[in-house]
Amino acid sequence: MPTRLSDYEVDQAIGGLLRFGVIIAAAVTFVGGVLLLFQHGGAPVARQTFQGEPAALTSIASIFRGAMALNGEAIAQLGLLLLIATPVARVALTLGAFALQRDRKYVVITSIVLALLLYALVFGKA
Amino acid sequence: MTLAPLAFLIGVGSFAAGLLGSLTGLGGGIIILPMLTLLFHVDLRYAVGTSLIAVIATSSGAAAAYVREGYTNVRIALLLEIATTTGALIGTMLFAHVTKANLSILFGAVLIATTLRSLRPRAEHAILTTPDRWSAFFHLDSTYPTAAGPQHYSARRIPLGFALMLVGGVLSALLGIGAGIIKVLAMDQAMSLPFKVSTTTSNFMIGVTAAVSAAVYLHQGQIDPTISFPVMLGAGAGALLGARILTRADVRWLRPLFTTIVFVAAIEMLYKGFTGTI
Repeated sequence: MPTRLSDYEVDQAIGGLLRFGVIIAAAVTFVGGVLLLFQHGGAPVARQTFQGEPAALTSIASIFRGAMALNGEAIAQLGLLLLIATPVARVALTLGAFALQRDRKYVVITSIVLALLLYALVFGKA
Repeated sequence: MTLAPLAFLIGVGSFAAGLLGSLTGLGGGIIILPMLTLLFHVDLRYAVGTSLIAVIATSSGAAAAYVREGYTNVRIALLLEIATTTGALIGTMLFAHVTKANLSILFGAVLIATTLRSLRPRAEHAILTTPDRWSAFFHLDSTYPTAAGPQHYSARRIPLGFALMLVGGVLSALLGIGAGIIKVLAMDQAMSLPFKVSTTTSNFMIGVTAAVSAAVYLHQGQIDPTISFPVMLGAGAGALLGARILTRADVRWLRPLFTTIVFVAAIEMLYKGFTGTI
């Protein structure tokens, strides 16, 4: 059946997406890190005791806002967020592939995994 | 220490960790947490979040290559990811209730188990091709490339593998590691999959498992960009370089060296845990 995706094609697409996601995430993190060094490079760092990150770096919306304002910390955090999102995108792509293959069992299985991932990414609660 | 030299040192250390972890197959994430807590005195709660970032960065590059070569079994990965992601969510819930001292002891114990296992020569078991009821139901039978052409294989004891993966997910979230030791135990030992299929499928699953706990920890303020950006860039670059030179260079001598470093870190984590000085 030529209209159905083969497992081989799916594997190639997943591999490509993984590589692309990591490269984008690394590039954004790099830009953010360089900016962070210029903005706060001489500031003392104390991470011996846990204080928790400020609200600006713990929600997706505020990380995007900070990155738009060219805040180095927020851009670096956005890169880390993109890295975390890469496996999520991979599972979403796999779900699409199983749907095209009409593999109902794996559409269900993949949906469960994707739901757990999105729940953690969006709500961040356990 | 000010930010610039600290970021530089953490970046260099993470690069070495990513390179050695990739060349020895032990993974880059396993030594990041001891490095951050023991050498740079970073609080354990930040160190766990940062270590998960290293786990995703180092495993994703290798996973991209393996899946294209046809070793990774995507169906097995997804079925077991239900267990690992559920375990990871449970682990993030438990995290707040476990003391730092107990986490340190648990970390030391897992590191020692990992080094002991890496010292033992592995024996390749016979490839199973006879049908299994669960394997057939979940379409887990597949083939993988060998010198003699595609080799067919089947999976065994899937409920046991699933249960082990749940434990693997909890440990991954609690300790900020890939927990490759549990994943390979589940797939290689319990499910009798070919070794190359277990290791590559395990690597493929690590990113998804770590993404769940890393996302929760990011929302809880445990991922600090100041510490995490040099770890991600350093460990990612190290793992990438390791994968490139692995096929060309003879690196067998590196294994005892890295195993020794991991073992010393394990003893130190145990000591700090038992004396409550972490």
